[in-house]
Amino acid sequence: MMLAKAEEWILYLEKEKKTLWQYALEREAESGKRDRDEIRAQMEQALAVMERSSQTARKEPVRSVSGLTGGNAWKYENYRQCGNSILGEIPSLAAAMALSCSEINASMQCIVACPTAGSCGIVPAAVLACGKARELSREILINGLFTASAVGMLIGSRATLAGAEGGCQAECGSAAAMAAAAVVEMLGGTPRMAFHGAAMALKSVLGLTCDPVAGLVEIPCIKRNASGAVNALLCADLALAGVESYIPFDEVVDAMYAVGKAMPMSLRETAKGGLAVTPTGLRMRDEIR
Amino acid sequence: MATDMKQYGVFDIIGPIMVGPSSSHTAGAARLGLVARRLCGEPVEKAVFYMHGSFAETYAGHGTDKALLAGIQGIRYDDERLKQAYELAEQAGLCAEFVPKDLGKVHPNTVRMELTTKSGRNFTMTGCSIGGGSVCITELNGVEVTFSGERPILATRHTDEPGVIAGITAILYAYRVNIGNMQVHRSDEGKDARMYMELDGDLPGGLKDALERVYGVKQILLLHPGDIS
Repeated sequence: MMLAKAEEWILYLEKEKKTLWQYALEREAESGKRDRDEIRAQMEQALAVMERSSQTARKEPVRSVSGLTGGNAWKYENYRQCGNSILGEIPSLAAAMALSCSEINASMQCIVACPTAGSCGIVPAAVLACGKARELSREILINGLFTASAVGMLIGSRATLAGAEGGCQAECGSAAAMAAAAVVEMLGGTPRMAFHGAAMALKSVLGLTCDPVAGLVEIPCIKRNASGAVNALLCADLALAGVESYIPFDEVVDAMYAVGKAMPMSLRETAKGGLAVTPTGLRMRDEIR
Repeated sequence: MATDMKQYGVFDIIGPIMVGPSSSHTAGAARLGLVARRLCGEPVEKAVFYMHGSFAETYAGHGTDKALLAGIQGIRYDDERLKQAYELAEQAGLCAEFVPKDLGKVHPNTVRMELTTKSGRNFTMTGCSIGGGSVCITELNGVEVTFSGERPILATRHTDEPGVIAGITAILYAYRVNIGNMQVHRSDEGKDARMYMELDGDLPGGLKDALERVYGVKQILLLHPGDIS
């Protein structure tokens, strides 16, 4: 039974010549005494829901139940389809997909919490966009989701995945770290590279607060999913180029946890600070009461 | 600081598949409603939901009301019909009311339900949504319990006389089922008593029938985690 220590996992995987995704799948098969095919089939179900939610709000405008937000995935999709995006095809696709998943979430349709509902757009967008870019098989996409789960398990064990405990860094930051690692392995990178990608993704949002306007999972959550997905692709790219995180993954996760604890409650999913208490934020809160 | 790996499974991280927007305020709420419906054992006709704390403040935007209402109609948290909970309730002749109320020193995501079934029976349940879709049931018909919904729940109604509980636990022993948690309660001596248990592991087939045959037992409700999640 391994400790929640990426450094230990890396040494083990290098020695055994295994990938993160293989290890996650093995561990799942052993612990539940389940068949690997059965487990993969369950992940396939999750992938299908991810695909659907990454598309629905791009095809037509979808509004949130509260009425506060919506229609931006569709707007951005139209913009990028016309070839206007400065980001280019794949990053803009990831951003649009992430926006779609999050808008679907806010309109009470089905998503996959990954690791949470608030961050449900990031891993699907990065994995699916990367899959499209390189025409990867479904099998590889599913492997990517197993990679993502391994990183999520480590962060959850060592720190937290909950906004109420660690702010948005714990939700969207963790999702971006998971996504970066997934993309690295999907494109043939090593576990060590995957953790560099994850560390860089998490580092870039250290201190990110959970300050949802009107307490709803909409503003700024939806757009943070877009930036999280694109950030994940960036950090995966860097890792695959051989760029390393100066601060190792375990230490970044510990720092995220400490920063989360140091954050006042007003910035940890209570809607009592940050954007939630801006004049516009307060007005929106009153509007929907 | 390196800690032991918490018992996360792959699908605790990549999942649950759920109707949004919030695993605590939507998915967890739907689960609470579903547990209540299953424990009622029959359709609900009238429901009053007392909403505490964070549930009270954000229930409209998070759809917590729809989720609870869907749950007590037997709709699961990954079923997109959840969004139409009010329309479905109207079609089914189910009347529901949502009342913000301070329920005291309880979890910020707590709801107390007062339900009346189609056959006129009353049922109360208090529970909270603790995050990630997980729930904790803290009260059933006035009896304090601590149920997670992750393990089987046995609810009995039986005559209040010596030997009935022993009869029930003897059956559980015969079937080698371990009891995790147990609460026994009666409102008046000599009238009907109730017992609520959380059981361990997979339940063998035939258990419910065997329990129903115990002297003094009037009703057995056996819920598997699959029924209530």
